[in-house]
Amino acid sequence: MTKNQGIGVVGVYVDDQDEALAFYVGKLGFQVHTDVRNGPYRWLTVQHPDQPGFQLGLFRPGPPIHDEATAQALRAMVAKGAMPPLVLHVSDCRGAYARLRDLGVEFTQEPVDRYGNVDAGFRDPAGNGWKMIQLAAGGVQ
Amino acid sequence: MPTDRRYAVPTMPVVPPKPPANGHTADPIAPQDPALLRRLLRAKDRMDAASHEAWPVQRLAEVSGVSDAHFARSFRQAFGIPPHRYLLTRRIEQAATLLRDTDLPITEIAFATGWESLGTFGRTFRDITGQSPSAVRLLAQAQARLEPLDKVPACVLKAAQRPDLTTAVSEKRRRQPAGTKPTSATTKEI
Repeated sequence: MTKNQGIGVVGVYVDDQDEALAFYVGKLGFQVHTDVRNGPYRWLTVQHPDQPGFQLGLFRPGPPIHDEATAQALRAMVAKGAMPPLVLHVSDCRGAYARLRDLGVEFTQEPVDRYGNVDAGFRDPAGNGWKMIQLAAGGVQ
Repeated sequence: MPTDRRYAVPTMPVVPPKPPANGHTADPIAPQDPALLRRLLRAKDRMDAASHEAWPVQRLAEVSGVSDAHFARSFRQAFGIPPHRYLLTRRIEQAATLLRDTDLPITEIAFATGWESLGTFGRTFRDITGQSPSAVRLLAQAQARLEPLDKVPACVLKAAQRPDLTTAVSEKRRRQPAGTKPTSATTKEI
């Protein structure tokens, strides 16, 4: 499906892009969309295999975009879990939980049933918090 | 939801503030190392996941891989609230959710969310929210009928309805008449 309009890239801050890549690709099963460098700057985005129109950016705070104090503040925000919530939809929350847990993903919440949905929570290595939600049949995505 | 009474309110040891080392006063606004913050977050996550359990500072410090005294100080600097008070907000938040979403008796909710007695639960609940558990239940259920919130992920909704314990407790303390013994649950700090 091709769309000319809509959200293309949304990024999260990570403290270590190699570690983030290993996590999002090696564990969550995302694919690399773009990985280019220009000096210390690295534009790195990944995609969910079922969502080719959307890229998740894995960006590191630092030069040349941020001064050191700003970069430090951003790294602290991520490490404290203060960044906005992220939601990953899955078809089988308990199955995904078991698989990812065995891969060493740090879960903050085991799967819980809520009104027909099943949700669990995990963090990426940097501290970004994800909710993993299996919607009830017929649920609105 | 466990109702096991082994999960009682922990008795948190009081950790006195550490005096500065000879000739060196720690900079109170020195930025904290992100690697330390990430480990402190892990302890906070563990309290979030099981706020009904006892979380003595030793257990939390172990999760973060730091000394007991360092943990309490660092946690407070990172999250603006001492760890035990943070735990109380999570218990009250959990209780408020159960009051809103279930018809469980209030006694059962008190034990399920980690309180050792109904009296302590009720007092702390009123201290923090300004209302009794039964009043909050009636209000929340009336509101739920008016504003469907089912489009907001449940965890996010819970966090948004989290009581602001820092303000509530200090307000309460300011208003505490002289000579009145404050309730233990609201004054335990580390």
